[in-house]
Amino acid sequence: MMALAQSIGSSRGVAIALAVVRWAVRFVAVVLVIATFNFVLVHAAPGDPAQVMAGQSGSADEQMLAQLRADYGLDKPYPVQLAIYLKRIVTLDLGYSYRQQRTVLSLIAERLPATLLLTCSAFLLSLAVGVSLGTLAGVRAGKWSDTALTVVSLFLYAMPVFWLGLMLVLLFSVQLDWLPAFGYVTIGVQMTPFERVRDIAAHLVLPVVSLGAVHLAIYARLMRSAVIDVAHQDFIKTARAKGLKRGQIIIHHMLRNAVLPVVTVAGMQAGTLVGGAVVIETVFAWPGLGRLTFDAVLQRDYPLMLGIFLVMSVIVISLNLITDAIYRIVDPRVSLRAAA
Amino acid sequence: MNRREFAKLGLMAGALGIGGIPLGITRAAGQTRGGTLNTIIQPEPPILVTALNQQQPTLTLGGKIYESLLRYDFDLKPLPGLAQSWEVSPDKLTYTFKLFPNITFHDGTPLTSEDVVFSITKILMENHARARNTFSRIDKAEAPDPLTVVFTLKKPFAPFLTAFDCTTAPIVPKHIYDGTDYRKNPANAKAIGSGPFKLKEWVRGSHVHLVKHEGYYRPGEPVLDEIIYRVIPDSASRSVALEQGTVQLTQWTDVELFEVPRLSKLPHLTMTTKGYEFFAPHTWLEINNRIAPMNDKRFRQAVMYAIDRKALLNRIYFGLGKVATGPVSSKTKFYEKDVKKYDFSPEKAKALLDEMGLKPGPDGKRVTIPFLVPPYGETHQRTAEFLRQSLARVGIDLQLQGIDVAGWAEKFSNWDFSMTTTTVYQFGDPALGVSRSYVSSNIRKGILFSNTCGYSNPEVDRLFEEAATATSDDKRQEHYSALQKIMVDEVPVIWLLEIDYPNLMDKRLKNVVTSAIGVHDTFGTVSFG
Repeated sequence: MMALAQSIGSSRGVAIALAVVRWAVRFVAVVLVIATFNFVLVHAAPGDPAQVMAGQSGSADEQMLAQLRADYGLDKPYPVQLAIYLKRIVTLDLGYSYRQQRTVLSLIAERLPATLLLTCSAFLLSLAVGVSLGTLAGVRAGKWSDTALTVVSLFLYAMPVFWLGLMLVLLFSVQLDWLPAFGYVTIGVQMTPFERVRDIAAHLVLPVVSLGAVHLAIYARLMRSAVIDVAHQDFIKTARAKGLKRGQIIIHHMLRNAVLPVVTVAGMQAGTLVGGAVVIETVFAWPGLGRLTFDAVLQRDYPLMLGIFLVMSVIVISLNLITDAIYRIVDPRVSLRAAA
Repeated sequence: MNRREFAKLGLMAGALGIGGIPLGITRAAGQTRGGTLNTIIQPEPPILVTALNQQQPTLTLGGKIYESLLRYDFDLKPLPGLAQSWEVSPDKLTYTFKLFPNITFHDGTPLTSEDVVFSITKILMENHARARNTFSRIDKAEAPDPLTVVFTLKKPFAPFLTAFDCTTAPIVPKHIYDGTDYRKNPANAKAIGSGPFKLKEWVRGSHVHLVKHEGYYRPGEPVLDEIIYRVIPDSASRSVALEQGTVQLTQWTDVELFEVPRLSKLPHLTMTTKGYEFFAPHTWLEINNRIAPMNDKRFRQAVMYAIDRKALLNRIYFGLGKVATGPVSSKTKFYEKDVKKYDFSPEKAKALLDEMGLKPGPDGKRVTIPFLVPPYGETHQRTAEFLRQSLARVGIDLQLQGIDVAGWAEKFSNWDFSMTTTTVYQFGDPALGVSRSYVSSNIRKGILFSNTCGYSNPEVDRLFEEAATATSDDKRQEHYSALQKIMVDEVPVIWLLEIDYPNLMDKRLKNVVTSAIGVHDTFGTVSFG
């Protein structure tokens, strides 16, 4: 009996180890394919960074263009540029942005925290509020409060995010003067760490609410229909027949089963957390990665663009893994094999 | 010191558990010395060293950090900059500048004539296309003593004294740059110049913080303690920032032109369009003269007649500028107003097109021409739509093509276009900012702001060259007048407008625009009240 138990245990360990190895190999392969794909795409567009820089300086001559191209390594043939690029990636060197005169890694590292703070706050806000409102609407399906919630969530869903942002600024910053209109932190003022945290939090409110609003509506609607679905199933009737309280039924029986579609969508949404906030970052002058990406694309800053795309793809792949893991926790029927 | 304005957070913040945060909107109120100026930089410059990068925002911000030998009044007459006096030899070949004593760089090192010679003959010659054009005419640059610089030209070049503003000829420290790879020098991040303000902090994506250079050589300057340039990428947010008082000054296209009428009426703001005389932005409809039917002078004249440029000015540019009459801006010297006039007249346009044999087809269209819409904001987009409507009335069908910055620059500079609009600066003298767009020697494929339209007239070439090297202003005027008359008849491009960009500013601000380079100047005397 002991031997059998051990062999079951170790075979399970082997399975996990195998899954991890399989996942790691797949991860590296996917990253390299993405890197190659990015490189080809980026270089397929007409116009190069030298031209853009020359265009913005109001005057240019051959010497300047030649020098810019040499600086960027744009004077070499594409396959050579690609080979150099892939070789660098393997050594975790993301290159140097001549435009910004900094290493790509340092530029990304500088902007990533601001973006994560913004998008993760918005993600958590929309998830928490969306799931609660959706549940509420679902259990009160057909009543006036359900209709009200549905209308509000449709309204939020249909609203362009930049417009919502601007309206919030007009109301809370310009008219009421309660919250800062944009920026990450008040500039040029000495603050204690505690004051600084509160200051950043105040700056965070409007962009997070604007960004969270759309997703909140999606989660609320998903949750509502899932709750209605689950409510009619037999095990809920059984639970009710057992005499469980309404609150217990909702929390222990309904939510766990109804939340799966939300996890699926949230997992996909999580993939956009890193780069998905370009509009909000622009409206609120938030110094994040989305804007860095946008500027890099406009300016054809090749090393920076490629670096950001790569970092984003790594994060997205990792988030997918995390989503799978959460799936397994919420619904044990999902197997390790499938997750791997 | 700055006064912090405290505003209470209300319901909303309270609900999130962060009620009662003091929101500092730093404002310097009612003071004559010190204070913080908050303004906008857009887009964010890649680097602040103006000797190495000449993009618009770099020059605006870098003007506070780097100075040059001269400044220019609104009539473009030279004023002392780093040089307190200057002399030109009678043969117009030797220029002698005397520097102010006691000038120091931000690292404490004295600025001497050696730094000037190094900047002009080395770092700028290698990295600054516009400066290279002028300073390649220097035969010898000498520094006989620490406060004297002598330039000897190969042959006279009339606008030489117009090329020493801080955007064309910034002076950088030789001890930091000499013998290094300029573009990769780690000191670039510190941006060490000799201007009244020095770099304290640059948080990418957020702001650039400049503070007073304590050892500045001009007594009493700078008046302000700090300048904060905020990066605000969205134009609506920039307007809000100005309206709200978070920033006290805007420049160039920080505010969309359609917002200007509204914002300039706000009680706390004032507006000026002065301070762009040196740049004198000239907007035109660029026409590829190589392609039929645009290679026919009559076609280009017809386009000139077909566009109601006054309506364009009033409707799209909200009256911020004036109708251009030819290649030279009326804001600069050597402008000639007695040239052929093109009043708005669709009839004359149609007559010219008929004369060419371009008859309208059954759908009323004579010809279809692709038009590249420059990706530089709302105003260019609206201008393109306006032009499309105008030309449709005389049977010229424009097909608008949207494109991004890099694509536009590539197609435009490689002559792969029929029509587009462009805005070009005059840089204070026709020899610096005008001739480059029209002389045959500057027809260079792949180079933006060269003679992209492909215009070539040996007589005009000769007049431009003689005007640049003539030693008397009268002689120059004669040549420039003659060539303007020829060119306005031949219309190599459709001159549309001389644009007046607005500077919106807080009413308490004084001395913001004091020279022909306006907001690019040092801001040494700028003050609140």
